[in-house]
Amino acid sequence: MDPNTTSRRTFLGLVGGGALAAGLAACGSSGPTSTPGSTTGASGNAGSGATYWFLTGQPQQGIREAQVKRFNDANPNTKIKTTEFQNDAFKQKIKTAIGAGQGPTLIWGWGGGGLKSYVEAGQVEDLTDWFNNEQADLKNSIFPSAFTAATVNGKLYAIPGETVTPIVLFYDKRSFEKIGAQPPQSWGDIMDLVPKFNEKGIAPFSLGGQSRWTNMMWLEFLFDRIGGAEVFQNIFDGKKDGWSDPSALKALEEMQNLIKANGFVKGFSSITADSNADQALLYTGKAAMMLHGAWTYGNMKSSGGDFVTGGHLGYMNFPPVDGGKGDPSDTVGNPGQYMSISSKASAADKETAKKFIANNTLDDATVSEWVKSGNIPVVKSAKDKLSSITDKNDSAWLNFVYDTAANAKNFAQSWDQALSPTQAETLLDNIAKLFQLSISPQQFATNMNAVIGQ
Amino acid sequence: MTATAPPVAPATGRKVSAGAGRGGAGRSGPVAWMVLPALIMFVVFGVVPLVGVLVLSFVHWDGLGAITPAGLSNWRTILTDSSLPHSIFVTFEIMILSWAVQTPISLLLGTFLAGRQRYRAFLAVLYFIPLLLSSAAIAITYKALLDPNFGLGPGLHLDFLTQDWLGNSKLAVGVVVFIVSWQFIPFHSLIYQGGVRAIPTTMYEAASIDGAGRIRQFFSITIPQLKYTIITSSTLMVVGSLTFFDLIFVLTAGGPGDATEVLALDMYKTGFMSNQMGPASVIAVILVLLGLALALLLRRLGGSTTASQQEGA
Repeated sequence: MDPNTTSRRTFLGLVGGGALAAGLAACGSSGPTSTPGSTTGASGNAGSGATYWFLTGQPQQGIREAQVKRFNDANPNTKIKTTEFQNDAFKQKIKTAIGAGQGPTLIWGWGGGGLKSYVEAGQVEDLTDWFNNEQADLKNSIFPSAFTAATVNGKLYAIPGETVTPIVLFYDKRSFEKIGAQPPQSWGDIMDLVPKFNEKGIAPFSLGGQSRWTNMMWLEFLFDRIGGAEVFQNIFDGKKDGWSDPSALKALEEMQNLIKANGFVKGFSSITADSNADQALLYTGKAAMMLHGAWTYGNMKSSGGDFVTGGHLGYMNFPPVDGGKGDPSDTVGNPGQYMSISSKASAADKETAKKFIANNTLDDATVSEWVKSGNIPVVKSAKDKLSSITDKNDSAWLNFVYDTAANAKNFAQSWDQALSPTQAETLLDNIAKLFQLSISPQQFATNMNAVIGQ
Repeated sequence: MTATAPPVAPATGRKVSAGAGRGGAGRSGPVAWMVLPALIMFVVFGVVPLVGVLVLSFVHWDGLGAITPAGLSNWRTILTDSSLPHSIFVTFEIMILSWAVQTPISLLLGTFLAGRQRYRAFLAVLYFIPLLLSSAAIAITYKALLDPNFGLGPGLHLDFLTQDWLGNSKLAVGVVVFIVSWQFIPFHSLIYQGGVRAIPTTMYEAASIDGAGRIRQFFSITIPQLKYTIITSSTLMVVGSLTFFDLIFVLTAGGPGDATEVLALDMYKTGFMSNQMGPASVIAVILVLLGLALALLLRRLGGSTTASQQEGA
């Protein structure tokens, strides 16, 4: 028996156990903590001030950073801490964080179904009274259409901010010159153009299909152009078998016809929108057209060489479908982006967040920056700023976006944002299969009808 | 510590060995203590979440609001959903294919690297590199290399490499298997290298005296001697492949369509994208059961004999 051995073992065991216990304690304390003066489970890093999470991607990212910087410079005692995320990562991270009581004070989002699920869980503040009474001026300056997606059961839970971004059909004028054709005026034209582009080795349409919501934009337009705005409205309202509407089935069929005709770039289902590879296909001349959000203009201008500055970028609203019922002025997209305030944040942090929303989200400096970056902010004064734009490409683009948004008879919200998260995920899943041609329009409708109203 | 430790040890030693000879005293006591850290870890991070998931599989929860009991409805939803058999099929497809690719290559590489030549040691370091990279980094890199428009093939104008690697259902599964193998073959080679080095050289010497060639030696000595190493390595591959998530999530996100949607990914999407924690927990429980069943099965295949490899040969 060697007493030294035993004691060393015990010693090591105890040390190991102690270290482990310390490690576990550390794990435990990294959860939600309550600090004096704040409620339990307060936002993000409790007690250390208001927090704000938002998306990366220029030019939006820089403008958001500048807003926070202006606020923090003006309020050195109540600084806002920011964390930045990629689009697709953000959508899941924010939900999980809010559910775990670790969400930020300022919740950035797209309104609609996602916001509704926060409201039902009691996670976001009712801002109706504050906004209507104390911020009446700000309220009156915002496009009225932007409030629909921020309102749940007649109450306002989010403040519209940032930009109006309809989905538009972009095209490369150089590609059209190469095949000697004109931009499509109807769905029939699109189908006629497909073989002509393919013959020349140019992909007719670019698409970041792995992101799935990119494919969805196509269906949003086809549903509207073929059956009118009420087809999706019925689905949204929870009408039984809404996806089996004959117009819906026709739209799904037309969609698959375009895919079968090789309308999309080779390998589209492995391209992601977050990497901007879909935009790169358009500005490098590998694809002739792209259906995408107005927010892509800024990146195509900064990354696309002389694509935008040389006047090669063309754009138009989605063309009508022959015999369709939809109004050709209708558009879809994001009527705005939204900011909510976490109901779990401390009173002081909520005040900070309100102050930020009131003073820094749609202030004059921000509005000018948005316009300068090629975006139409959600305020009426945006129109006045347009005349100050000297770049003729930017000016034409901004007027186009403004007119598209302002003249739209119906500005539908993106489906995946309008619907509940459960329906949205089933939708995206089935859209991926539809585009892979692994399910038929009929199967798509059956799968989607099963989750209506959920 | 030095002041308190010595008195503790003899005390526990006396209790445990209770009058037995001093030779065994103090051994089982402290050894039992040393299980404690691992046990605490296992209970806190293994058993507790497992019970939690089992409970969650019987409730409705969207991850945000209140939790309400759901009875068996989650189980009914998942078990009647056609996506479950599909994900199980894809999981097993990738598991079997990656096992079939990895095992022979790792076995040969491991045997090769077991030689003590200098250049082999150098090669071993090179082979080891994929193991140092994180799955997410590997996935992002391969995604860029395999891009049908901007990737390696179009860049070098090689038609063979210009396939729709991740956009074609069949190719995508193959690509996943290839990358998984590329990533984990170094690890399994390492296991086999250790196994081969543990085989006594006397056996090879005796075999060559009997006139057995290299190939004969490989099949008659190396492989039978590596029986338990093969089982260990296979268990790691099979059970590990049940949890493939990060690589596939970044590489294809389950696509194209649902061609590479393995169980773990299905679970993640159901829980965190569709906000249905209940059904997601059901899938998690199924995953755990599958993993346990497979691990037990592989143990059975190994036989219950405790004889050492050398004696068993």
